[in-house]
Amino acid sequence: MKTETRTSLGVGASAPRPDGALKVAGAFAYASDLWLDGMLWGATLRSPHPSAWIRSIDVGPALALPGVFAVLTHEDVPGAKFYGLEHADQPVLAVDQVRYQGEPVAIVAADHPETARRAAAAVVVEYEVRAAVTDARRAALDPACPLVHPGGNVVRHQPVRAGSAGSGAEVVVTGEYEVGMQDQAFLGPEAGLAVPADDGGVDLYVATQWLHVDRDQIAPCLALPEDKVRLTLAGVGGAFGAREDLSMQIHASMLALRTGRPVKIVYGREESFFGHVHRHPAWMRYEHGATADGRLVYVKAEIVLDGGAYCSSSPAVVGNAASLGVGPYEVENVWIDAYAAYTNNPPCGAMRGFGAVQACYAYESQMDRLAAACGLSPVEIRVRNAVSQGSRLATGQVIDSPAPLAAMLGELAAMPLPGPPAYAPSGSRRQGGSGARARGMIGTREEPDPRRLPGGVGRTTRGEGVRRGVGYGVGIKNICFSEGFDDYSTARVRVELLGGEPHALVHTAAAEVGQGLVAVQAQIARTELGVDRVTVAPADTSVGSAGSSSASRQSYVTGGAVKAACEAVRRRLEALAAADPGLSLGELLDRYGPVEETREYRHRPTVPLDPVTGQGDSHTQLALCVHRAVVDVDVELGLVKVVELAAVQDVGRILNPLALEGQIHGGSAQGLGLALLEEIQMRDGRVLNPSFTDYLIPTILDMPPMRLSILENPDPNAPYGLRGAGEPPTLSSTPAVAAAVRAATGLALPRVPIRPEDIALAHTG
Amino acid sequence: MDFLRPATWEDALAMKAARPDATPIQGGTDVMVEINLDKGRPTALLDLNPVAELSRWSWTAGPAPMLRVGAGVTYTRLIAELGGWLPGLAQASRTVGSPQIRNRGTLVGNLGAASPAGDGHPPLLASGALVEAESVRGTRLIPIGEFYMGVKRNALEGDELIRAVHVPPAAGPQCFAKVGTRNAMVIAVCSFAVALDLRARRAGTGIGSAAPTPRRAHAAEEFLAGELDWDGAGPVDPALARRFGELVAEAAAPIDDVRGRADYRRHALAVMARRALGWAWAEREV
Ligand SMILES: Cc1cc2nc3c(=O)[nH]c(=O)nc-3n(C[C@H](O)[C@H](O)[C@H](O)COP(=O)(O)OP(=O)(O)OC[C@H]3O[C@@H](n4cnc5c(N)ncnc54)[C@H](O)[C@@H]3O)c2cc1C
Repeated sequence: MKTETRTSLGVGASAPRPDGALKVAGAFAYASDLWLDGMLWGATLRSPHPSAWIRSIDVGPALALPGVFAVLTHEDVPGAKFYGLEHADQPVLAVDQVRYQGEPVAIVAADHPETARRAAAAVVVEYEVRAAVTDARRAALDPACPLVHPGGNVVRHQPVRAGSAGSGAEVVVTGEYEVGMQDQAFLGPEAGLAVPADDGGVDLYVATQWLHVDRDQIAPCLALPEDKVRLTLAGVGGAFGAREDLSMQIHASMLALRTGRPVKIVYGREESFFGHVHRHPAWMRYEHGATADGRLVYVKAEIVLDGGAYCSSSPAVVGNAASLGVGPYEVENVWIDAYAAYTNNPPCGAMRGFGAVQACYAYESQMDRLAAACGLSPVEIRVRNAVSQGSRLATGQVIDSPAPLAAMLGELAAMPLPGPPAYAPSGSRRQGGSGARARGMIGTREEPDPRRLPGGVGRTTRGEGVRRGVGYGVGIKNICFSEGFDDYSTARVRVELLGGEPHALVHTAAAEVGQGLVAVQAQIARTELGVDRVTVAPADTSVGSAGSSSASRQSYVTGGAVKAACEAVRRRLEALAAADPGLSLGELLDRYGPVEETREYRHRPTVPLDPVTGQGDSHTQLALCVHRAVVDVDVELGLVKVVELAAVQDVGRILNPLALEGQIHGGSAQGLGLALLEEIQMRDGRVLNPSFTDYLIPTILDMPPMRLSILENPDPNAPYGLRGAGEPPTLSSTPAVAAAVRAATGLALPRVPIRPEDIALAHTG
Repeated sequence: MDFLRPATWEDALAMKAARPDATPIQGGTDVMVEINLDKGRPTALLDLNPVAELSRWSWTAGPAPMLRVGAGVTYTRLIAELGGWLPGLAQASRTVGSPQIRNRGTLVGNLGAASPAGDGHPPLLASGALVEAESVRGTRLIPIGEFYMGVKRNALEGDELIRAVHVPPAAGPQCFAKVGTRNAMVIAVCSFAVALDLRARRAGTGIGSAAPTPRRAHAAEEFLAGELDWDGAGPVDPALARRFGELVAEAAAPIDDVRGRADYRRHALAVMARRALGWAWAEREV
């Protein structure tokens, strides 16, 4: 076989995504666009109460409505009544009680979505409301707190103990920090279509993050063997962790099996806020001890995460918060206690950054306090304590691939700062610089462009009250699943002649959730096989599990599987070529027919954290990102304009520059959102702002241009040396923005998101 | 739900008289959101878009001509075509939603919705606009200060439609400012408009999103009329501007809600009013 030269759209190229143009043009088919003639529409009745006994359910009035085909409650669940990612504690439909506002109680299928919604509203449920447990700290730590689940309110407590506590520090700083409940805020609401099959099974088309683990949970509840529950990925409009848990999958399947008709369920925007887990709110108390010259001596931390009503992935989130709780810093003595507690708040689970985000905000805030106490710059304190290859984490795990944090900080700090503010300094509006003024004019003659000022188009300042601040943030994220999880992916690759040309078909169950994985799989196949024409088959359960599109792991694990399968195919082709020299690939395929191989790929194994000491090599790969934020704050009104975000990230090897930059931009924006805007506001277990009117995500006027430096220090254990990249920027941008706002205001600001009143009313009380 | 499509204004009035329950729809940027959220489903929609005359603006006759802004004039057109005469309203319009919303949404829709947070209201209050309401019974001009009756309630009768808004052209500098937690595309936490009338030596004010209805700050207006040195050169006296801000804040009756706290709203109003007065006053020099 003549080995062909590298194809132009292989690994390292900005290969275009097949879904990109369609999405921009509004032509991409999302799960909510699924359609079959004769299908029914499902709707869900949800609990209005955060905590209540269910005394009775009367489905009669709903069934009486014309056009209604089925109304089901927990009594109609064919198999197991509970499911869950880590513990099966979540009812398919509420059984005798509800534990959070929005918990599904009954489901309806009707011939029109409106009829279905009305029928759901017509179900009569008699509740006996109970007091809701809403304070996670009380739930975790106060034995007198009422129980949300009979087994106790602590979902997981993970200590980490290293060295000895509290010895020999010359400087001690303490702080209490809080992180609000962030939402993944994907744009495509939960949706799917369940089609009853002739064999008594169900074919489910759904927007999800992990087809096989969905199936593992769905099949027992439907009392069906796994092979009778077949899933195909439908168009996913963003995920960010919110699609790791099931939403409408079992409900639509139950309705389809009951009615014998295809059933589609699409959540509306408001329902979506109740239909998926959120990021755990956190309360964190930290104490850092250091030498006078700023070298860490010890870190003590107590981290309480609000897990909400059901387990979801809280145990793994605790594992991350605990194991990464001191950040990428060398410190010998560590005393951490991380908890997740059950409450009657909405269930919390996976969201980009997964437990590492909350801890990062706290430890980075502490590092700034320590810098101030030691008289060092924020960069210097971090450099002095930075990990590097060979460093030992608090868990005892040694970082065994490049981790050049000090150099990354140096590079970040050396990046040029953005130019002076776009406004004239207060009191003298004529000093803004004529160039800036000329560019800035969109309104009256003298006014700077309000879009460049805090308050934006609201025109609340022309420079009055505006102060600039610069802040740094550093984060460390585990890549892939940790703590002994058997984390693998499967790829099937087939090379054959199509229309006389060699063609590769790549088939995995890996979910494209918008991150660009389809393009990357094709790039790998092109590089490994030297074949230009590559098709990536739709993801479904007819091939082995790919694992989850989360934990920044798919390029690593599914990328690894595709690479392995391609290598196996290539070896066979090479053997054929050796036996039949002089033939081109096309001629070989013509003579011997298609070549197909399937491979599983596993990353290096990890171990669970010791339940008492928190020691153990729990992670397979660690990734670093560092951010610098420059903000202008109107200190009188408490409004913030982020002027620039700069980031340095080490990704080991760049597979697709364009997609990678998109990940860093997006992750940084999500972190910025957590710092300044994004919070599901709760009162007494109720969500106050379930809409994009009042759950504010950054717009293009809130997200500044970014300056990026992407490093490629390969990890010898990973395919191509790559390091997972999707999550790390989400960690460090939040503390960087918060630190910049602190620098501008001089305020402590121990809570994110920072609200305008936290700044504006800080001095008036 | 019935869908009524009058071709002329007379048809529209007749249909509204026959169906007082019908909900008028212009840009639909409020109406469609409400329908989508299934909040108070209308029994009938009265689509005013086919009535071509509504998308025009003109000058009223008389000694003090006003701009008569038809009910179909979008924010985008208002900014582009009327911004020179109505700078405060144009600034407020510029903060409404996003370009897409401004391409569809109208000032009259803002009045129809009568949300306390509507951005069009403060500048209309500050410049003393009139709402031209009409029914088969006749036409009346409602002074803007009498138009807002309560949260999302206005002074229209069941058979009335708004045909236009009459707004006096600016008689001096005007400023609008709006606090939102986000830098664009955000419902006001609170907002403020000031309009200086240099000939009459008075200032108009309007407060948004800080009381059950948009409202003027009467005491602040009287204070300026009496205390501002209308002939003076140079910047406005800081103490006077501060007092003006306090009086504006005192005129508000804000609540705590998901968008902000009452004490923050009051504080922000004081800051915005102080600054806006300074900008307006400085602008009169150029
Ligand atoms: C994404 C988004 C962002 C938004 N942002 C803002 C914002 O920043 N600031 C803001 O103030 N608003 C905002 N809005 C709300 C809305 O855009 C404005 O209130 C707009 O002015 C409504 O105008 P419209 O022509 O679309 O009204 P419609 O939706 O057509 O009607 C609004 C109301 O007025 C009534 N109505 C319409 N025409 C007449 C008439 N001729 N006579 C009597 N009643 C009538 C209708 O029955 C209805 O009650 C936003 C809306 C959306 C969807």
